[in-house]
Amino acid sequence: MAEPHGSALAPYRAVLGSRIRSQASYRTSFGLDLGSSLLVGLTELAEVAVLFTSVSAIGGFDLAAMLLVFGLADLCFSLADMVVGHCDNLPEYVRTGRLDVFYLRPQPLLLQLVTSDISLRRLARAAVGLVALVVGLVVNDLAWGPGTIGLLAVALVSGTVTFAALFVWAGGLQFFLVNGSEMTNAFVYGGRYAATQPGTVWGRPLVVVFGFFFPMAFTAYLPAATLLGLDTFAGLPDWAGWLAPVAAVWAWVAAGLSWRTGVRHYQGAGG
Amino acid sequence: MTSHIIETDGLTRTFRVREGVRRRTVVAVDDLSLRVEAGEAVGYIGANGAGKSTTIKMLCGILVPTSGEVRTCGLRPVAERRRLAREIGVVFGQRSQLWWDLPTGESFSLLAAIHRLSPGDAAARREELVERLELGEFLTTPVRQLSLGQRMRAEVAAALLHRPRLVVLDEPTIGLDVLSKQRLREFLVTERRDHGTTLLLTTHDMGDVERLCDRVVLVDRGRTVHDGSLAALSRTVGAQRVMTVDLASSTPSLALPDGATHLGEEGHGLRHRIGFDPDRVTAAAVLAAVSADAEVLDLSIEEPDVEDVVRRVYANRR
Repeated sequence: MAEPHGSALAPYRAVLGSRIRSQASYRTSFGLDLGSSLLVGLTELAEVAVLFTSVSAIGGFDLAAMLLVFGLADLCFSLADMVVGHCDNLPEYVRTGRLDVFYLRPQPLLLQLVTSDISLRRLARAAVGLVALVVGLVVNDLAWGPGTIGLLAVALVSGTVTFAALFVWAGGLQFFLVNGSEMTNAFVYGGRYAATQPGTVWGRPLVVVFGFFFPMAFTAYLPAATLLGLDTFAGLPDWAGWLAPVAAVWAWVAAGLSWRTGVRHYQGAGG
Repeated sequence: MTSHIIETDGLTRTFRVREGVRRRTVVAVDDLSLRVEAGEAVGYIGANGAGKSTTIKMLCGILVPTSGEVRTCGLRPVAERRRLAREIGVVFGQRSQLWWDLPTGESFSLLAAIHRLSPGDAAARREELVERLELGEFLTTPVRQLSLGQRMRAEVAAALLHRPRLVVLDEPTIGLDVLSKQRLREFLVTERRDHGTTLLLTTHDMGDVERLCDRVVLVDRGRTVHDGSLAALSRTVGAQRVMTVDLASSTPSLALPDGATHLGEEGHGLRHRIGFDPDRVTAAAVLAAVSADAEVLDLSIEEPDVEDVVRRVYANRR
């Protein structure tokens, strides 16, 4: 057997490149997908705007501040959904035998799953999030400086990574659950929705679930609160936004455990 | 490293199944000890639910054994799955390695990248497979538009692109027409002759076993009930072929050669079913004997199917 040729990343690049070319080659279908994805994004943005026609602030956040939270959360979620969103469709991979096929290839299963597809149509959703974020950054009175830019970058990267973990977390659980996506959608999409809300309005159970266990508050709300100098929840310090990477690490530890347990269950080794 | 390509000792796999509120343990593979030498071609046969797929999944590292030892290509399948993936090629008749929406040829390019083959090696091997499996005419056709026969040939090429030492085929000819089966079998014979590839195949088709395998392992309810040549198996169970002849005129009785037995007639002697043992008498001799008595309008020959052989083995064991 010859030694493997070329870069260890080449297999993933080849598959992803091919997925991208394939999606872009069906232009009409791709256009429609983009359009419908855009519509969903705009509807969710409109929901926020409508809410603020009857109230002037929610949990200390006015419309401008909410735009910042919404923009951060939606941009991060859409990017994660684009790259790893298919992971919470695991039962489909099991049913069609695609998962078994991954076992026959010399790469780690999870990396193969993550890189097996990419949903470019989510770019439209991401664009909505980006516009909301930019508007949010402009209309709020921010003290621009290296700290602000740094926190923004940390928040965007950590938020995307945290949401990506959520999809993998869901995927791992779906090894166990019949009709698992029904249950995991509750925290994946519930988590996305929670992330667009200021945590100050949550009751204690929500704080526990979406503040810390699924660390949604750290993807958008806490970084925004830190950027704007607003109150945080659960007695966290006003610099809590900088803890976003800690939340991302925790989310991946949990996702990794969930995935590992799921795979062991699938192979029938305990679990 | 051992010289065995497959080596199992007391390999056992049980599943817990739920029946209403009660749970029951089902033994899918029971104490399987199997040695396969490099270059052998082994037919692994048994009825549905006999544990064939479970065994294959354990050999590939997809399933963890409940107990017992397993080495494939000298590697521990689960712990060394990624190394093993470079050494084995697997064709699952029911699941696809190919990318449904891509041209067939692009699937091969992706697999070459996944196995990190050097461009020169990949091109040479691809050319060889395209020629031998006659894939040239549909390389630019998306996989979803291929006929079943074309797709199976493409699947085989996909599994063999990285020149695996062991090729496992799970029902490779299921649903194929006679010609497609024949092409695939010829290819596998050539591949084995030229590259010394070890073959392990599960099938319901005795034709596959006869033409491809020099050894047959028959499993029933997870246990090995025969391990040896097909001839030995046929001798034990008297696996017969069945010739059905349609005659021009009603003929109540036929004089048959030794090794052939009359199984029944229909339509007042217009159609006869004759069983014969291919080791003792040829189809031509049976046909000649029938033709001596009456004009033959049409005939068909059925090969014994694996279920039938398993039934006979099982009946003999009781």
